[in-house]
Amino acid sequence: MSDTTTETTMEVNAEARRILAVSISKLYASRSQRGGLRLHRSLLLSLVMRSARDIYHSSVPPAEPMDTSPEEPAELDLESGPQPDETSAELSLTARGGAHREEEGEPAEDKENQSPTRCSRKRRGKTSVAPHFLPSKRARLEPGEERHAALPPPPPVSCRIGPAESLTSLSLNRVIPAC
Amino acid sequence: ADIISTVEFNHTGELLATGDKGGRVVIFQQEIESMPQFRSEYNVYSTFQSHEPEFDYLKSLEIEEKINKIRWLPQKNAAQFLLSTNDKTIKLWKISERDRRPEGYNLKEEDGRYKDPNTITSLRVPVLIPMDLMVEASPRRVFANAHTYHINSISVNSDNETYLSADDLRINLWHLEITDRSFNIVDIKPANMEELTEVITAAEFHPHQCNTFVYSSSKGTIRLCDMRISALCDKHSKLFEEPEDPSNRSFFSEIISSISDVKFSHNGRYMMTRDYLSVKIWDLNMENRPVETYQVHEHLRSKLCSLYENDCIFDKFECCWNGNDSVVMTGSYNNFFRMFDRGQRRDVTLEASRENIKPMQVLKPRKVCVGGKRKKDEISVDSLDFNKKILHTAWHPQDNIIAVATTNNLYIFQDKVN
Repeated sequence: MSDTTTETTMEVNAEARRILAVSISKLYASRSQRGGLRLHRSLLLSLVMRSARDIYHSSVPPAEPMDTSPEEPAELDLESGPQPDETSAELSLTARGGAHREEEGEPAEDKENQSPTRCSRKRRGKTSVAPHFLPSKRARLEPGEERHAALPPPPPVSCRIGPAESLTSLSLNRVIPAC
Repeated sequence: ADIISTVEFNHTGELLATGDKGGRVVIFQQEIESMPQFRSEYNVYSTFQSHEPEFDYLKSLEIEEKINKIRWLPQKNAAQFLLSTNDKTIKLWKISERDRRPEGYNLKEEDGRYKDPNTITSLRVPVLIPMDLMVEASPRRVFANAHTYHINSISVNSDNETYLSADDLRINLWHLEITDRSFNIVDIKPANMEELTEVITAAEFHPHQCNTFVYSSSKGTIRLCDMRISALCDKHSKLFEEPEDPSNRSFFSEIISSISDVKFSHNGRYMMTRDYLSVKIWDLNMENRPVETYQVHEHLRSKLCSLYENDCIFDKFECCWNGNDSVVMTGSYNNFFRMFDRGQRRDVTLEASRENIKPMQVLKPRKVCVGGKRKKDEISVDSLDFNKKILHTAWHPQDNIIAVATTNNLYIFQDKVN
């Protein structure tokens, strides 16, 4: 009997993961949509991802490194802001990072202060363990280059209008409701 | 670019406007054949480019030219006026007819050069002579730069002077004559965007009470606001919400409860909302549940996961009332549309398609079968074509004539006469 329960849990778990993967690729695709990010659609996607994530985390966790590794890159990826080559990392963050984001405060101010080596180590680990979660391969950066990546020219929106208006520059962390 | 994105009859039903993804508006005019059958035909009356694609340099964003909504103004003089909107800008268009032109000026030579005024010795008043009918559309007002998010609704007030426009988080009130100013009347943007939990999905003014409007949300609630209470209507006067059925909970419960359209009945006593699977009729005096609920395509409830994957779950279906509020209509997939007769408690599924149907032929009711045994003429859920969706429908304000938009085509159906 415990086998069937485990099986069902595994099924639900697999289903949740699949939905999470589909949602992330949808979020990713919506970046290139004409007309910019649609707030309503992004909100609905984030709600589905949150449900899927909750189910995924609440089911008996199999011994997978990916369960623990996202916690730290969650903090780091947030700070580096929206970048085309960091999208996939950020998107997997947004699937999980709801609760953690609460403590982040203003993302923009810490952009410059991230340790690049810490960044790159975590990212590599996460990606190599669970590539199926991420929509596509993204360019890997060497440790030296990470520093450059951590100091991007800020997108025009966050400079002038302020964080509240930066929906259009893929600050999806704002779209996702706090748990 | 030919994809129809909105359909709207004017107040008499004589004109039918459609907007498309390419920013064009096409207006059809009704012509009634009195013999032999009082049949109506709608022929193209005017076509014009309402909106062009734009680029927001500040946000590095393209602004789509797709027409999201068209609303007609009640007619006040010989010309017709309509409001059309894309994601960011609303425009007031004047559509006027010209069937005469002046002739007989003696100011120009044959080749068009102006004559030397000294050579003109007589005053000749030009005469208006008939010409082929020309329909001209000219933009009279442009209401721009008032919306940060994407406009989803516009609604003309019964006072005929003001109208509202709604985006995901805000509703603005405009005066039709004033383009450089609008009043914000609803603002649901949270101080911290991370706390965003719902957005505005549709808004409409009450058909008779110029102080009342409603707006629906992505959470399945409708708020009724009274503009007399305060300038900012963030606090609702009434909140219409039906408690969720816990047995129907799924990953996608939130998405399917998002309201895609809200429409007042013509008599102003009811309002109808459309969510992904159903149509609900609310009595304005009862907030805790709808008075009627109609399932549009319940057979899709078990398919929500695939509909999520193919994006169909995000489709925004509209709904409409007939002239006397006895029947409501909405679209579905496979080019099916559904009508619910409230009084007779009957519903019918019809198909808008050129296959198997000739003009003037009576439409055959369709049926979707869910179980294993498919009867003849039924279609199984798995054979439904989800690319063929009817999102926009409109009902003539007085007669039983309906306009149904499939992806690229507009179908006009009317009651069988005799």
